[in-house]
Amino acid sequence: MYWNEELECLPLEKLREIQLQRLKDTVKKAYEKVPYYRRKFDEIGVTPDDIKTLNDIIHIPFTSKADLREVYPFGMFAVPLNEIVEIHMSSGTTGKPVVAGYTLQDIEIWGEVMARCLTMAGATKSDIVQVAYGYGLFTGGFGVHYGARKIGAMIVPASAGNTRRQIEIMRDFGTTILTCTPSYALYMAEVAQEMGIEPTTLKLKAGCFGAEMWTEAMRTEIERRFNLSAFNIYGLTEIIGPGVAHECTEKKGLHVFEDHFLVEVIDPDTGDPLPDGKRGELVLTTITREGMPMLRFRTRDITSIIRDKCPCGRTFLRIERIRGRTDDMIKVRGVMIFPYQIEKAILEVQGVEPHYQIIITRPQHLDEIEVMVEMSKETFSDEIKHLENLKKKLERRIEEITGIRVKVTLVEPKSLPRSEGKAKRIIDKRSLSE
Amino acid sequence: MTGAERGDILQNSMTYGLFTGAFVMHYGAEKVGILVIPAGPGNTERQINLMRDFGTTMLHITPSYALYVASVMQDKGINPRKDLKLKRAYLGAEPYSEETRRKIEDMLGIDIYNCYGLTEMNGPGVGFECKYKQGLHIWEDNFLMEVVNPETGEPVPEGEIGELVLTTLNREAMPLIRYRTRDLTRIIAEPCKCGRTHRRITRILGRSDDMFIVKGVNIFPQQIEQVLMSIKGVAQNYQIVLDSYDDMTVKVEIDKEIFDGKIDRLIKMKEEIIEKIRSATLVKPKVELLEPGTLPVSEGKAKRVIDNRTI
Amino acid sequence: MSKVYIISVFAENKPGRLERVTKVLTEANINILAFSITSTNGFGVIKFMVNKCKEAYDLLKEKGFTVSLNEAIGIEMKDQPGGLYEVVKILSSKGINIESASVYVAETRKRAYLIVEVDDTSKAMEALSGEPLKFLNPEEIQ
Repeated sequence: MYWNEELECLPLEKLREIQLQRLKDTVKKAYEKVPYYRRKFDEIGVTPDDIKTLNDIIHIPFTSKADLREVYPFGMFAVPLNEIVEIHMSSGTTGKPVVAGYTLQDIEIWGEVMARCLTMAGATKSDIVQVAYGYGLFTGGFGVHYGARKIGAMIVPASAGNTRRQIEIMRDFGTTILTCTPSYALYMAEVAQEMGIEPTTLKLKAGCFGAEMWTEAMRTEIERRFNLSAFNIYGLTEIIGPGVAHECTEKKGLHVFEDHFLVEVIDPDTGDPLPDGKRGELVLTTITREGMPMLRFRTRDITSIIRDKCPCGRTFLRIERIRGRTDDMIKVRGVMIFPYQIEKAILEVQGVEPHYQIIITRPQHLDEIEVMVEMSKETFSDEIKHLENLKKKLERRIEEITGIRVKVTLVEPKSLPRSEGKAKRIIDKRSLSE
Repeated sequence: MTGAERGDILQNSMTYGLFTGAFVMHYGAEKVGILVIPAGPGNTERQINLMRDFGTTMLHITPSYALYVASVMQDKGINPRKDLKLKRAYLGAEPYSEETRRKIEDMLGIDIYNCYGLTEMNGPGVGFECKYKQGLHIWEDNFLMEVVNPETGEPVPEGEIGELVLTTLNREAMPLIRYRTRDLTRIIAEPCKCGRTHRRITRILGRSDDMFIVKGVNIFPQQIEQVLMSIKGVAQNYQIVLDSYDDMTVKVEIDKEIFDGKIDRLIKMKEEIIEKIRSATLVKPKVELLEPGTLPVSEGKAKRVIDNRTI
Repeated sequence: MSKVYIISVFAENKPGRLERVTKVLTEANINILAFSITSTNGFGVIKFMVNKCKEAYDLLKEKGFTVSLNEAIGIEMKDQPGGLYEVVKILSSKGINIESASVYVAETRKRAYLIVEVDDTSKAMEALSGEPLKFLNPEEIQ
């Protein structure tokens, strides 16, 4: 099922032609209207005329989060302020937040790409879409809202939080499509059970989950608990919000809407492009955005490009699910590890819940990782001897996957903090000032 | 109507979600080409930073929150007249007085316009004040209005106070016919100086039932009663005390029979009450557990709501 | 070894609450041997060990208090440094979780008892039966 078959299945030559024209236009506009870009171009002696082919994109300087902070709040806008109709912001955990401005046409496009996403998950006019992403400055709620409105589905703008009410609404309204972060979905399943509502009896048929990293194992878990089909959605405030890429029913990678966004994967250390299939940092360029064109934005998300033809018929290339962040790779005793690797181990072992926290300390010049994992209710009442085995099994499996020996601590069910948005999985207590 | 135009920057500090307040203003503003900052409520320091950094010219906010934001500005030494670009604010979702309006206008150096609406009628946007601020024009091309005697349902003579009854004239999804709003007001029939022919109503003077409003949310005592009655360990008697438009206190007597000397169980019960009321009403209450027999027992209709707020 | 009893009274955190309870006990000539208060934001639970516990319980109930009668174990502590530690160490080694505790000092001041409420009194007593502990006999406090 397509939302926009013509564009989603565009022959590749045609697609490349459109991309090149749009890229040229975007670069020109950015150069002319955004002093910050002009300065960066001038510094290295590049002009918009140097863009003759799509491959010439490598001559354009990268844009980083730090660049965006430098020009806070409106320095990246390419149109007069009175043409901007909406503002969103990414949470500024470090320093100033990042501001994104949208023109009416940008909002249109946002609705278009989100409509494509929701359609991939099976949404139609007759569906009831519950938006449990937060509304407000965060892009999640609004993005899904605009897409669902375009499709003409019935929208329930529940926003994040107030979990019991979310579940009552799902039951009473007969919600068919749930959108929220994957960790919140799992939490909802747990609360539903506490309320005596078996999640599989809800009418949910699909869910679009994103805004944080998750794994295949977590997908299986969500699908099992709710009896729905779980899809992976990707996006970020700097580019547009949710709606940059989404999985088709093949669920083998996320199609990037290439008529609006250009994809590169680079080596995060050197900035050089990497061959297809090789993991590196995702770099995105917007080619239709009016309000705030983004040139070669370094997402810090780690993925790889899949260019094989997808059986679904879409010609857009795919990226594999996000494998980590260049900035939350945990480097422990010199080894790179990612939270998803630990999550994978936890989900493979019976008797524990998919709620965990990774704590990194450096007691004596040597990093140590402690993984706190919740026992399932049944395990909790078991004998100590059994728990000891379980703990060893987890430690062994994590070591097999990451190559690092960790200490596993089993904690009581429901004792780790629950998230209504993005889960805080890693607590790094190493003080790096030593 | 109030001078808003393209180029204005609207900071929307109402809650987005199932509550209609925020969305309708958001849609309306984007239609006019106004830049919308969907700030939502709360995080006051950030709200003020946004106003300063983005040059916000208009606010959509509840009166109680506006007062709070203004007082935080004072604490932080921010002079809205000098440091900010605010021009006007739309206040709604809870009743407030002329004095409150003047106070906020004075503290922030802006013009404040009253707006009226209810979820059943598309949310805010049913009535709006013009620049003369003498009552709210009801959009009579979209809504038919009547004012009736709440007891008998009979129309009251024009100009007398009664319950506002509205009929939608062009709503597709959910037409409503003679919907009783429970809001008390009166019609101002005289033509307005602004030239609009749509008739006006006075600001809402009260409610014809026992519903009350906290944080802009309509709450019925029955909703709270229902929750309390579903929780084991709660006795029959309860009381809702309202000291401000921002929070409510629910006083509950515990049931002697379930007391087993364990404080943990009581704490859990208190948390359960808070969570369930929040879930039922969207407002997180303060809860006090009382010894049985502490609350006054009244005959017949118990006085459940003690409203200490003054308009 | 046998159980002792503790009386728990629910009370709001307001002046005069403790006074009201103790007044009732005083008038009935009931002696308070040990007591503790646990309180949280807004309310609390007052716990007593008294010489005539059944009588005190009925009386308080009759006077309209929210009251319950709970089983507890009294364990003797040596009147010397580490006396409490010795007892608590044994309890924790048996995995017994203390829900509430108070101290009773016998008239002579020769002996002190730790009075504890636990999850399952019978089970805890069974677990402790082999330990080198002396327990408070309910008859001693009549």
